[in-house]
Amino acid sequence: MNKTLKLVVDGAEMDVDGNMTILQACEQAGAEIPRFCYHERLSIAGNCRMCLVEVAGMPKPVASCAMQIKDLRPGRNGEPPEVKTFSPLVKKAREGVMEFLLINHPLDCPICDQGGECDLQDQAMAYGEAGSRYHEPKRAHDEINLGPLVKTAMTRCIHCTRCVRFTTEVCGVTEMGSTGRGEDAEIISYLDQALTSELSGNVVDLCPVGALTSRPYAFAARPWELRKTETIDAMDALGSNIRADVRGRAVLRVLPRNHDDVNEEWISDKTRHAIDGLGRQRLDRPYIRHEGKLRPATWDEAFAHVVAKLHGLKGEEIAAVAGDLVSVEAMYSLKDLLGRLGSTRVECRQEGAALPPENRAAWLFNPGIAGIDQADAILIIGANPRKEAAVLNARLRRAWLNGAEIAAIGPDVDLTYPVVRLGAGPETLADAANLDWVRETLARAKNPLIILGVGAVSRPDGAAVLSAAMGLAESVGAVREDWTGFALLHQAASRVGGLEIGFASEGGIAKIYDDAASGALKAVWLLGADELDPSRLGSAFVVYQGHHGDKGAHRADVILPTGAWLEQPGLYVNMEGRPQLALTAALPPGEAREDWAALRALSAALGAAQPFDDLAGLRKALFAEFPRLAAVDAREAAVWSGVPAAEGGLSGAPFAESVPDFFMTNAVARASATMAELSKLARERRGTTLAAAE
Amino acid sequence: MAFDFLKDEDRIFTNLYGFHDRSLAGARARGHWDGTAGLIGKGKDWIVNEMKASGLRGRGGAGFPTGLKWSFMPKEETDGRPHYLVVNADESEPGTCKDREIMRHDPHTLIEGCLIASFAMNAHAAYIYLRGEYVREREALQAAIDECYDAGLLGKNAAGSGWDFDLYLHHGAGAYICGEETALLESLEGKKGMPRLKPPFPANAGLYGCPTTVNNVESIAVAPTILRRGASWFSSFGRDNNKGTKIFGISGHVNKPCVVEEAMSIPLRELIDRHCGGVRGGWDNVKAVIPGGSSVRCLPKSICDDVLMDFDDLSKHKSGLGTAAVIVMDKSTDVIKAIWRLSKFYKHESCGQCTPCREGTGWMMRVMDRLVRGDAEIEEIDMLLSVTKQVEGHTICALGDAAAWPIQGLITHFRDEIEDRIKAKRRGRVTAAVAAE
Repeated sequence: MNKTLKLVVDGAEMDVDGNMTILQACEQAGAEIPRFCYHERLSIAGNCRMCLVEVAGMPKPVASCAMQIKDLRPGRNGEPPEVKTFSPLVKKAREGVMEFLLINHPLDCPICDQGGECDLQDQAMAYGEAGSRYHEPKRAHDEINLGPLVKTAMTRCIHCTRCVRFTTEVCGVTEMGSTGRGEDAEIISYLDQALTSELSGNVVDLCPVGALTSRPYAFAARPWELRKTETIDAMDALGSNIRADVRGRAVLRVLPRNHDDVNEEWISDKTRHAIDGLGRQRLDRPYIRHEGKLRPATWDEAFAHVVAKLHGLKGEEIAAVAGDLVSVEAMYSLKDLLGRLGSTRVECRQEGAALPPENRAAWLFNPGIAGIDQADAILIIGANPRKEAAVLNARLRRAWLNGAEIAAIGPDVDLTYPVVRLGAGPETLADAANLDWVRETLARAKNPLIILGVGAVSRPDGAAVLSAAMGLAESVGAVREDWTGFALLHQAASRVGGLEIGFASEGGIAKIYDDAASGALKAVWLLGADELDPSRLGSAFVVYQGHHGDKGAHRADVILPTGAWLEQPGLYVNMEGRPQLALTAALPPGEAREDWAALRALSAALGAAQPFDDLAGLRKALFAEFPRLAAVDAREAAVWSGVPAAEGGLSGAPFAESVPDFFMTNAVARASATMAELSKLARERRGTTLAAAE
Repeated sequence: MAFDFLKDEDRIFTNLYGFHDRSLAGARARGHWDGTAGLIGKGKDWIVNEMKASGLRGRGGAGFPTGLKWSFMPKEETDGRPHYLVVNADESEPGTCKDREIMRHDPHTLIEGCLIASFAMNAHAAYIYLRGEYVREREALQAAIDECYDAGLLGKNAAGSGWDFDLYLHHGAGAYICGEETALLESLEGKKGMPRLKPPFPANAGLYGCPTTVNNVESIAVAPTILRRGASWFSSFGRDNNKGTKIFGISGHVNKPCVVEEAMSIPLRELIDRHCGGVRGGWDNVKAVIPGGSSVRCLPKSICDDVLMDFDDLSKHKSGLGTAAVIVMDKSTDVIKAIWRLSKFYKHESCGQCTPCREGTGWMMRVMDRLVRGDAEIEEIDMLLSVTKQVEGHTICALGDAAAWPIQGLITHFRDEIEDRIKAKRRGRVTAAVAAE
């Protein structure tokens, strides 16, 4: 099928794949083709007509985005088809289309948020004519309601339908469409309410004009005023590649960067819009608890207090718990410090996941995120990928669109694609090998994939669930030389990094709770840990090192303020084991420091000075110990070392949703007003039934 | 040379006016459904070759050779996808009313044609997509289809031919754009009637993604008679490349508007004088004629005098045969306003999918509106012409072209009149030429 054909583009002959479109071939040849409706990751609409090119022998100009090379006919004597991208005919066609696009487009660029990054503006400059010949009244449209994230100015709409195609194809929610005909055609949201997709913010990036703009970012800045930092997201374990735009100290917006193997070019609404949480509930100076109340203190006072409290404690009386947003360097540094105090009690599995640190294949998304594209039968166990990793769910949806069969054991949730419900709890998992679907579909698939949610292994019977799921993967032939079809779906950005450096200890968080209650544990260090249960730390002395006044800080006896993930550099390892480097986009507020710097200073105060004086030195030590982490953006697959044995059996309790509220999963998101509004809308929506569904 | 008018015995549609029995019995009495199984027995290749030899060009407007179109269908069902025949009965072109006469008075020609054409293209099912406004036509056609099922002419072993065939009638919702073949397929699939990008052409991926041929009602309805009487009989009418008989519909300022079957290449004047009782007020009273439905360029009297009604002669004059719906306008007509009305129609019926048509049809209509009132600059005539050129050929389907051509025809042939009106508005008085009208 992939026949290579000859093609002449602007006089230069080239060999191209016959399945490519003219537009793709022209790009390969270095010829720029203007476009509005065409987008690499959406279906082809061919409606904007901006990409018209001339093909020798064809009477009319051709929409290059929609015409495949194999459909072009060779010349009379077999000469290859010839495409011209800047002939007079093409120039005339582009000018004509541009004029049509502009006649009903308001000339309000000075008050439009898209100004400076608008495709229409740019292309009007490049391909349009200077004057206007249009003297008739202009058209106007009513605004539509797309919720608190997307601000609309539908009069500016050029009807490219990218938003409609994105929400329908990628998000899987059929809530946008066009109504009316001709001039009166309008893009609308059918229900006139916020889109129910977790990816809805992406329509703002897709919109080539100012019809859909970001509401939280409305009129905040012009693109040329912003300092742009390419970094990594920490809102979930996917490690989406992002760009943070900052003016002064404030992170004004987050945009996706393209990474084909991770997030493609989408990010979730939480990644994009939780950033206003960086400006609220911040810990901007140290605190010490005095007579039951936290009072502001200096760093020196706080250090002195910590030194006094830790003095004389034995190593096993001190433990550290790492949270969901912290970098590998912070955890490594803390582990190092505790080691110098004689303690090995470090723990990153704060939700209690029964993941064996030594068995890497048990806690990686083994086939890789891009591996989902190869899977043809997928079993999801105890997970709701839509909420746990929204962008990954879009990839699962695409796998389904491409023919993969998907089934689930767990809560009955809408994943935006049809799922065969096999059962609700461990009893189904225990008997899974005998289920029809597993025998007929999963076991017979070329690349079967089992996705296990981290929520399902965070229960008391977590180890048994993990063992059963991995055993199932082996029994259906999902583990082969060339394919490891077992994937653990993580929720926290720091978790895989923590496991990679062994930030875990025997007994996990449960043992820490027990020892704290019995008094065997006298001090607990919380490194941004907010998802544990602080009430179970007994009377232990608690240091909270982090950036938000959330659950952990409320329990703390000493608070050491540090920067959030956009405010300090650091490595994050995503769920497939890909280390990625995050950079500093903004500075931490007030007296807050970088995590490693706070720990390095404290180590000196404790008389156990760490042997590095800068981040480079820390990383050198880190990479020497864990060389895998030095290969940034390279993914090293895990070696399958068998199914871990589990003590205790499966319980009868069905798998519960581990992310009850997508918008409230971490301290930053909980501080965000935007997330609070979205959370409220989602709650209200759950409470109302559609008339049609009654 | 005097034109040989079509003799009664050579008419294919013998009940075009509904004077006779339109039931199956009546149709059989007039020779339809005669030896259908025998025709099918001669095989697919024979049918397609005979259709090619007859020189029949599609009667929906574009004039693509019907036999050739049929031959584009894959020979066998190789990949499990069924084949479909879809009959375009969404006759919505202003001025056109030929298919409706077939469907309400001579429906069996169409049904028999569907069976034969479907067999020739390996289709076991055919759909007739009927214009939304054709309610009585639907009733007549559905009654005829039911009759055929009862008589065993449709269904399993249709007409004893050994070919299983089902025919479905689908009633549209009245959008002009659904007469465009790919928009029709979209609509038939239950989606919004918006044209698809081509390629892929329907012969590769049409209805439900399966190989499909879309034909006009008349193209299908003439097929059985062509096969019965022979390709050479059909090709004995008309000039080369414009063979056969054709249903013309003449409306407007003629004494007796009518729908009539005639031989191709009949001179326009003969057609009007013979069948319509002449133009109101005599031939010299002709101002303009739109020869092929609203979307072709109009012709002034000087060209109408000796133009032939066929594809080639009309396109020589930059017009077209289209659906052969002749719209005659005498000198009482405000031709600018007449064309404005067509612009308004196209603006209303544009689907809004692609930019030039969505934005251009409204612009053109509004400029036309001002030209009707003379409320414009002389230079705007050329601007309007350039806008029509910007729409033409840049759209997904032909509706953009159809919206542009009437205006281009107007400006080509009646520029003086537009200029006069603008000047008259300026000066506040009319010129002698305008006053005379």
